[in-house]
Amino acid sequence: MAKETIIQGSVTRDGEPVNGYVRLLDEGGEFTAEVPTSATGQFRFFARPGKWTLRALVPGATVDRVVVASQGAQTEVAIAV
Amino acid sequence: MSRSDVLVDADWVQENLDNPKVVVVEVDEDTAAYELNHIRNAVRIDWKQDLQDPVRRDFVDQAGFEALLSKKGIGNDDIVVLYGGNNNWFASYAYWYFKLYGHGDVRLLDGGRKKWELDARELVVEVPERAATDYKAQEQNTAIRAYRDDVVNAIGTLNLVDVRSPDEFAGRLLAPAHLPQEQSQRPGHVPSARNIPWAKNANDDGTFKSDEALKELYSAEGVDLAKDTIAYCRIGERSALTWFVLHELLGQENVKNYDGSWTEYGSLVGVPIALGDN
Repeated sequence: MAKETIIQGSVTRDGEPVNGYVRLLDEGGEFTAEVPTSATGQFRFFARPGKWTLRALVPGATVDRVVVASQGAQTEVAIAV
Repeated sequence: MSRSDVLVDADWVQENLDNPKVVVVEVDEDTAAYELNHIRNAVRIDWKQDLQDPVRRDFVDQAGFEALLSKKGIGNDDIVVLYGGNNNWFASYAYWYFKLYGHGDVRLLDGGRKKWELDARELVVEVPERAATDYKAQEQNTAIRAYRDDVVNAIGTLNLVDVRSPDEFAGRLLAPAHLPQEQSQRPGHVPSARNIPWAKNANDDGTFKSDEALKELYSAEGVDLAKDTIAYCRIGERSALTWFVLHELLGQENVKNYDGSWTEYGSLVGVPIALGDN
Protein backbone atom coordinates (compact mmCIF):
# COMPACT_ATOMS: atom_id res chain seq x y z
CA MET A 1 0.00 0.00 0.00
CA ALA A 2 2.83 2.39 0.88
CA LYS A 3 4.18 2.36 -2.68
CA GLU A 4 0.84 3.18 -4.25
CA THR A 5 -0.16 6.67 -5.27
CA ILE A 6 -3.72 7.23 -4.17
CA ILE A 7 -6.11 10.06 -4.95
CA GLN A 8 -9.26 9.92 -2.87
CA GLY A 9 -11.93 12.17 -1.46
CA SER A 10 -15.60 12.94 -1.44
CA VAL A 11 -18.28 14.72 -3.46
CA THR A 12 -20.83 16.76 -1.55
CA ARG A 13 -23.67 19.18 -2.26
CA ASP A 14 -24.55 21.56 0.60
CA GLY A 15 -22.47 19.37 2.90
CA GLU A 16 -24.38 16.18 2.02
CA PRO A 17 -22.84 13.27 0.06
CA VAL A 18 -23.94 13.05 -3.57
CA ASN A 19 -24.22 9.93 -5.68
CA GLY A 20 -22.49 10.47 -8.96
CA TYR A 21 -19.27 9.73 -10.79
CA VAL A 22 -15.70 10.97 -10.66
CA ARG A 23 -13.46 10.85 -13.74
CA LEU A 24 -9.67 10.99 -13.57
CA LEU A 25 -8.12 12.89 -16.50
CA ASP A 26 -4.38 13.03 -17.15
CA GLU A 27 -2.28 16.13 -17.72
CA GLY A 28 -3.28 16.18 -21.38
CA GLY A 29 -6.95 16.05 -20.43
CA GLU A 30 -7.27 12.42 -21.59
CA PHE A 31 -9.62 10.12 -19.72
CA THR A 32 -7.83 7.66 -17.45
CA ALA A 33 -10.43 6.18 -15.11
CA GLU A 34 -13.85 6.66 -13.62
CA VAL A 35 -15.56 5.48 -10.44
CA PRO A 36 -19.06 5.90 -9.03
CA THR A 37 -19.08 7.62 -5.63
CA SER A 38 -19.95 5.43 -2.65
CA ALA A 39 -23.11 5.84 -0.57
CA THR A 40 -21.16 8.37 1.50
CA GLY A 41 -20.00 10.29 -1.58
CA GLN A 42 -16.46 8.92 -1.54
CA PHE A 43 -14.10 7.90 -4.34
CA ARG A 44 -10.56 6.48 -4.70
CA PHE A 45 -8.08 6.07 -7.56
CA PHE A 46 -4.79 4.19 -7.75
CA ALA A 47 -2.84 6.60 -9.94
CA ARG A 48 0.78 7.51 -10.49
CA PRO A 49 2.59 10.64 -9.34
CA GLY A 50 1.77 13.75 -11.33
CA LYS A 51 -0.83 16.35 -12.12
CA TRP A 52 -4.39 15.16 -12.66
CA THR A 53 -7.85 16.62 -13.15
CA LEU A 54 -10.78 15.16 -11.25
CA ARG A 55 -14.15 15.69 -12.95
CA ALA A 56 -17.23 15.10 -10.78
CA LEU A 57 -20.45 14.28 -12.69
CA VAL A 58 -23.69 14.43 -10.72
CA PRO A 59 -27.28 14.99 -11.90
CA GLY A 60 -27.35 18.58 -13.12
CA ALA A 61 -23.70 19.52 -12.52
CA THR A 62 -20.10 18.90 -13.63
CA VAL A 63 -17.17 20.19 -11.52
CA ASP A 64 -13.41 19.97 -12.29
CA ARG A 65 -10.59 20.02 -9.71
CA VAL A 66 -6.83 19.90 -10.46
CA VAL A 67 -4.68 17.87 -8.06
CA VAL A 68 -1.01 16.87 -7.77
CA ALA A 69 -0.38 13.33 -6.52
CA SER A 70 2.94 12.11 -5.13
CA GLN A 71 4.49 8.66 -4.86
CA GLY A 72 3.39 6.65 -1.85
CA ALA A 73 1.03 9.36 -0.61
CA GLN A 74 -2.71 9.65 -0.27
CA THR A 75 -3.98 12.87 -1.79
CA GLU A 76 -7.30 13.92 -0.26
CA VAL A 77 -9.71 15.99 -2.34
CA ALA A 78 -13.08 17.35 -1.20
CA ILE A 79 -15.29 18.36 -4.12
CA ALA A 80 -18.36 20.51 -3.52
CA VAL A 81 -20.84 20.69 -6.41
CA MET B 1 -27.61 -2.39 -40.11
CA SER B 2 -28.06 1.07 -38.69
CA ARG B 3 -27.30 2.64 -35.32
CA SER B 4 -30.93 2.39 -34.17
CA ASP B 5 -30.87 -1.41 -34.68
CA VAL B 6 -28.12 -1.85 -32.10
CA LEU B 7 -28.35 1.16 -29.81
CA VAL B 8 -31.37 2.57 -27.97
CA ASP B 9 -31.63 5.69 -25.85
CA ALA B 10 -33.00 6.02 -22.33
CA ASP B 11 -36.37 7.32 -23.58
CA TRP B 12 -36.82 4.20 -25.73
CA VAL B 13 -36.08 1.96 -22.74
CA GLN B 14 -38.45 3.97 -20.54
CA GLU B 15 -41.23 3.49 -23.08
CA ASN B 16 -40.58 -0.25 -23.32
CA LEU B 17 -40.24 -1.16 -19.63
CA ASP B 18 -43.52 -3.08 -19.77
CA ASN B 19 -43.12 -4.44 -23.29
CA PRO B 20 -43.17 -8.24 -22.87
CA LYS B 21 -40.93 -8.74 -25.93
CA VAL B 22 -38.19 -6.53 -24.49
CA VAL B 23 -35.88 -7.93 -21.81
CA VAL B 24 -33.65 -5.36 -20.13
CA VAL B 25 -30.50 -6.93 -18.68
CA GLU B 26 -28.01 -5.30 -16.31
CA VAL B 27 -24.38 -6.47 -16.53
CA ASP B 28 -21.87 -4.83 -14.21
CA GLU B 29 -18.28 -5.16 -13.19
CA ASP B 30 -19.55 -4.46 -9.68
CA THR B 31 -22.03 -7.32 -9.60
CA ALA B 32 -23.59 -5.99 -6.38
CA ALA B 33 -24.80 -2.81 -8.12
CA TYR B 34 -27.95 -4.60 -9.29
CA GLU B 35 -28.85 -5.53 -5.72
CA LEU B 36 -28.73 -1.88 -4.68
CA ASN B 37 -31.13 -0.90 -7.46
CA HIS B 38 -31.73 -1.30 -11.17
CA ILE B 39 -34.03 -0.31 -14.01
CA ARG B 40 -37.54 -1.62 -13.36
CA ASN B 41 -38.11 -5.13 -14.75
CA ALA B 42 -34.42 -5.58 -15.55
CA VAL B 43 -32.83 -8.96 -14.88
CA ARG B 44 -29.18 -9.44 -13.99
CA ILE B 45 -26.42 -11.39 -15.69
CA ASP B 46 -23.24 -11.75 -13.67
CA TRP B 47 -20.36 -11.53 -16.16
CA LYS B 48 -18.11 -13.67 -13.97
CA GLN B 49 -20.45 -16.23 -12.38
CA ASP B 50 -22.78 -16.62 -15.36
CA LEU B 51 -20.58 -16.10 -18.41
CA GLN B 52 -17.24 -17.71 -17.50
CA ASP B 53 -16.36 -21.39 -17.32
CA PRO B 54 -15.91 -22.15 -13.60
CA VAL B 55 -12.65 -24.09 -14.15
CA ARG B 56 -10.91 -23.24 -17.43
CA ARG B 57 -10.24 -19.69 -18.59
CA ASP B 58 -12.95 -19.59 -21.24
CA PHE B 59 -16.61 -18.81 -21.76
CA VAL B 60 -19.50 -21.03 -20.79
CA ASP B 61 -20.14 -23.35 -23.72
CA GLN B 62 -23.18 -23.34 -25.99
CA ALA B 63 -25.20 -25.60 -23.66
CA GLY B 64 -24.25 -23.43 -20.70
CA PHE B 65 -25.38 -20.28 -22.51
CA GLU B 66 -28.68 -21.96 -23.40
CA ALA B 67 -29.24 -22.96 -19.78
CA LEU B 68 -28.40 -19.46 -18.55
CA LEU B 69 -30.77 -17.64 -20.91
CA SER B 70 -33.53 -20.19 -20.35
CA LYS B 71 -33.23 -19.70 -16.59
CA LYS B 72 -33.28 -15.90 -16.97
CA GLY B 73 -36.49 -16.12 -18.98
CA ILE B 74 -35.00 -14.80 -22.22
CA GLY B 75 -36.49 -16.19 -25.44
CA ASN B 76 -34.87 -16.43 -28.87
CA ASP B 77 -37.32 -13.86 -30.26
CA ASP B 78 -36.95 -11.35 -27.43
CA ILE B 79 -35.31 -7.97 -27.92
CA VAL B 80 -32.49 -7.95 -25.36
CA VAL B 81 -31.36 -4.51 -24.16
CA LEU B 82 -28.12 -4.54 -22.21
CA TYR B 83 -26.85 -1.84 -19.88
CA GLY B 84 -24.39 -1.52 -17.03
CA GLY B 85 -21.90 0.58 -15.15
CA ASN B 86 -18.39 1.60 -16.24
CA ASN B 87 -19.79 3.20 -19.38
CA ASN B 88 -21.22 -0.13 -20.53
CA TRP B 89 -17.88 -2.01 -20.51
CA PHE B 90 -19.39 -5.25 -19.29
CA ALA B 91 -22.69 -4.67 -21.07
CA SER B 92 -20.68 -4.37 -24.31
CA TYR B 93 -18.86 -7.55 -23.38
CA ALA B 94 -22.21 -9.28 -22.87
CA TYR B 95 -23.46 -7.82 -26.17
CA TRP B 96 -20.50 -9.33 -27.99
CA TYR B 97 -21.16 -12.59 -26.15
CA PHE B 98 -24.85 -12.62 -27.21
CA LYS B 99 -23.66 -12.09 -30.81
CA LEU B 100 -21.06 -14.82 -30.41
CA TYR B 101 -23.89 -17.24 -29.64
CA GLY B 102 -26.10 -15.81 -32.37
CA HIS B 103 -28.89 -13.97 -30.54
CA GLY B 104 -31.15 -12.29 -33.09
CA ASP B 105 -31.95 -8.87 -31.66
CA VAL B 106 -29.66 -7.44 -28.99
CA ARG B 107 -29.10 -3.74 -28.32
CA LEU B 108 -27.20 -1.50 -25.92
CA LEU B 109 -28.71 1.26 -23.82
CA ASP B 110 -26.70 4.34 -24.89
CA GLY B 111 -24.81 5.66 -21.85
CA GLY B 112 -25.71 2.68 -19.69
CA ARG B 113 -26.38 2.98 -16.00
CA LYS B 114 -24.47 6.25 -15.66
CA LYS B 115 -26.62 8.14 -18.17
CA TRP B 116 -29.76 6.70 -16.57
CA GLU B 117 -28.58 7.90 -13.14
CA LEU B 118 -27.43 11.33 -14.35
CA ASP B 119 -30.89 11.75 -15.90
CA ALA B 120 -32.26 10.98 -12.40
CA ARG B 121 -34.51 8.26 -13.85
CA GLU B 122 -36.28 5.69 -11.70
CA LEU B 123 -34.34 2.76 -10.20
CA VAL B 124 -36.02 0.06 -8.11
CA VAL B 125 -35.01 -2.85 -5.87
CA GLU B 126 -37.78 -5.31 -6.84
CA VAL B 127 -36.49 -8.27 -8.81
CA PRO B 128 -38.83 -9.28 -11.66
CA GLU B 129 -40.01 -12.84 -12.14
CA ARG B 130 -39.80 -14.19 -15.66
CA ALA B 131 -41.02 -17.61 -16.71
CA ALA B 132 -38.22 -19.91 -17.85
CA THR B 133 -37.79 -20.40 -21.59
CA ASP B 134 -36.23 -23.07 -23.80
CA TYR B 135 -33.47 -20.98 -25.34
CA LYS B 136 -31.50 -22.35 -28.29
CA ALA B 137 -28.05 -20.85 -28.93
CA GLN B 138 -26.03 -21.18 -32.11
CA GLU B 139 -22.45 -22.35 -32.37
CA GLN B 140 -19.88 -19.69 -31.49
CA ASN B 141 -19.33 -17.23 -34.32
CA THR B 142 -15.54 -17.16 -34.21
CA ALA B 143 -15.46 -14.54 -36.98
CA ILE B 144 -15.74 -11.99 -34.16
CA ARG B 145 -13.37 -13.65 -31.67
CA ALA B 146 -9.56 -13.44 -31.91
CA TYR B 147 -7.17 -15.88 -30.27
CA ARG B 148 -3.55 -15.34 -29.26
CA ASP B 149 -2.09 -16.73 -32.49
CA ASP B 150 -4.29 -14.36 -34.51
CA VAL B 151 -2.73 -11.50 -32.56
CA VAL B 152 0.86 -12.67 -33.02
CA ASN B 153 0.22 -13.12 -36.76
CA ALA B 154 -1.35 -9.65 -36.99
CA ILE B 155 1.79 -7.83 -35.78
CA GLY B 156 2.89 -5.43 -38.48
CA THR B 157 0.22 -6.59 -40.96
CA LEU B 158 -3.33 -6.07 -39.62
CA ASN B 159 -4.77 -3.30 -37.46
CA LEU B 160 -4.18 -3.92 -33.79
CA VAL B 161 -6.11 -1.51 -31.58
CA ASP B 162 -5.11 -1.38 -27.92
CA VAL B 163 -7.99 0.34 -26.15
CA ARG B 164 -6.43 0.62 -22.67
CA SER B 165 -5.39 3.89 -21.09
CA PRO B 166 -2.09 5.46 -22.26
CA ASP B 167 -0.40 4.46 -18.98
CA GLU B 168 -1.36 0.82 -19.41
CA PHE B 169 -0.31 0.89 -23.07
CA ALA B 170 3.10 2.36 -22.25
CA GLY B 171 3.65 -0.15 -19.45
CA ARG B 172 3.48 2.29 -16.54
CA LEU B 173 0.34 0.66 -15.09
CA LEU B 174 -0.91 -2.93 -15.27
CA ALA B 175 -4.61 -2.23 -14.73
CA PRO B 176 -7.03 0.69 -14.92
CA ALA B 177 -6.33 3.35 -12.30
CA HIS B 178 -9.49 2.63 -10.30
CA LEU B 179 -8.41 -0.97 -9.67
CA PRO B 180 -5.62 -2.27 -7.41
CA GLN B 181 -2.41 -2.90 -9.39
CA GLU B 182 -2.05 -6.52 -8.40
CA GLN B 183 -1.26 -8.28 -11.69
CA SER B 184 2.15 -9.84 -12.07
CA GLN B 185 2.53 -10.32 -15.85
CA ARG B 186 4.75 -8.15 -18.04
CA PRO B 187 3.61 -4.62 -18.85
CA GLY B 188 3.53 -3.09 -22.33
CA HIS B 189 1.66 -3.65 -25.57
CA VAL B 190 1.65 -5.74 -28.75
CA PRO B 191 4.15 -4.26 -31.23
CA SER B 192 2.50 -2.22 -34.01
CA ALA B 193 -0.71 -1.73 -31.99
CA ARG B 194 -2.27 1.73 -32.04
CA ASN B 195 -3.39 3.09 -28.67
CA ILE B 196 -6.95 4.38 -29.03
CA PRO B 197 -8.41 4.30 -25.52
CA TRP B 198 -12.03 3.13 -25.37
CA ALA B 199 -13.02 6.42 -23.70
CA LYS B 200 -12.38 8.29 -26.95
CA ASN B 201 -15.52 6.56 -28.32
CA ALA B 202 -17.75 8.08 -25.67
CA ASN B 203 -18.91 11.38 -24.25
CA ASP B 204 -18.58 12.23 -20.54
CA ASP B 205 -22.09 10.87 -19.87
CA GLY B 206 -21.18 7.53 -21.43
CA THR B 207 -23.16 7.92 -24.67
CA PHE B 208 -21.38 7.12 -27.92
CA LYS B 209 -20.07 9.87 -30.17
CA SER B 210 -21.63 10.30 -33.62
CA ASP B 211 -20.70 7.95 -36.47
CA GLU B 212 -18.87 10.83 -38.20
CA ALA B 213 -16.82 11.63 -35.07
CA LEU B 214 -16.00 7.94 -34.60
CA LYS B 215 -14.85 7.49 -38.22
CA GLU B 216 -12.70 10.60 -37.88
CA LEU B 217 -11.19 9.23 -34.65
CA TYR B 218 -10.02 5.97 -36.21
CA SER B 219 -8.79 7.45 -39.47
CA ALA B 220 -6.90 10.22 -37.62
CA GLU B 221 -5.17 7.53 -35.53
CA GLY B 222 -4.01 5.73 -38.65
CA VAL B 223 -6.38 2.76 -38.60
CA ASP B 224 -7.03 1.63 -42.17
CA LEU B 225 -10.57 0.23 -41.89
CA ALA B 226 -10.13 -1.60 -45.20
CA LYS B 227 -7.87 -4.01 -43.32
CA ASP B 228 -8.84 -6.58 -40.69
CA THR B 229 -8.79 -5.29 -37.14
CA ILE B 230 -8.24 -6.92 -33.75
CA ALA B 231 -9.14 -4.97 -30.61
CA TYR B 232 -7.80 -5.87 -27.18
CA CYS B 233 -7.53 -4.46 -23.66
CA ARG B 234 -6.74 -6.17 -20.34
CA ILE B 235 -9.46 -8.85 -20.11
CA GLY B 236 -11.57 -8.13 -23.21
CA GLU B 237 -14.42 -6.01 -21.86
CA ARG B 238 -13.26 -2.51 -22.82
CA SER B 239 -12.24 -3.85 -26.21
CA ALA B 240 -15.74 -5.32 -26.60
CA LEU B 241 -16.94 -1.71 -26.45
CA THR B 242 -14.51 -0.75 -29.24
CA TRP B 243 -15.60 -3.86 -31.17
CA PHE B 244 -19.18 -2.61 -30.79
CA VAL B 245 -18.19 0.78 -32.22
CA LEU B 246 -16.29 -0.62 -35.20
CA HIS B 247 -18.43 -3.65 -36.02
CA GLU B 248 -21.92 -2.57 -35.00
CA LEU B 249 -22.02 1.23 -35.23
CA LEU B 250 -19.61 1.73 -38.14
CA GLY B 251 -20.53 -1.56 -39.85
CA GLN B 252 -16.98 -2.84 -40.32
CA GLU B 253 -17.29 -6.61 -40.82
CA ASN B 254 -13.66 -7.60 -40.35
CA VAL B 255 -13.25 -6.76 -36.66
CA LYS B 256 -12.50 -9.24 -33.87
CA ASN B 257 -12.30 -8.88 -30.12
CA TYR B 258 -9.34 -10.60 -28.43
CA ASP B 259 -10.84 -11.62 -25.10
CA GLY B 260 -7.59 -13.14 -23.82
CA SER B 261 -6.20 -9.61 -24.12
CA TRP B 262 -3.23 -8.34 -22.15
CA THR B 263 -3.64 -10.73 -19.22
CA GLU B 264 -2.99 -13.56 -21.69
CA TYR B 265 -0.61 -11.90 -24.14
CA GLY B 266 1.51 -10.30 -21.40
CA SER B 267 2.02 -13.73 -19.84
CA LEU B 268 3.00 -15.63 -23.00
CA VAL B 269 6.57 -16.90 -23.23
CA GLY B 270 8.62 -15.60 -26.13
CA VAL B 271 6.21 -13.19 -27.81
CA PRO B 272 7.40 -9.67 -28.71
CA ILE B 273 6.35 -6.81 -26.43
CA ALA B 274 6.78 -3.07 -26.92
CA LEU B 275 7.14 -0.50 -24.14
CA GLY B 276 6.58 3.25 -24.18
CA ASP B 277 4.02 5.56 -25.70
CA ASN B 278 4.61 4.59 -29.34
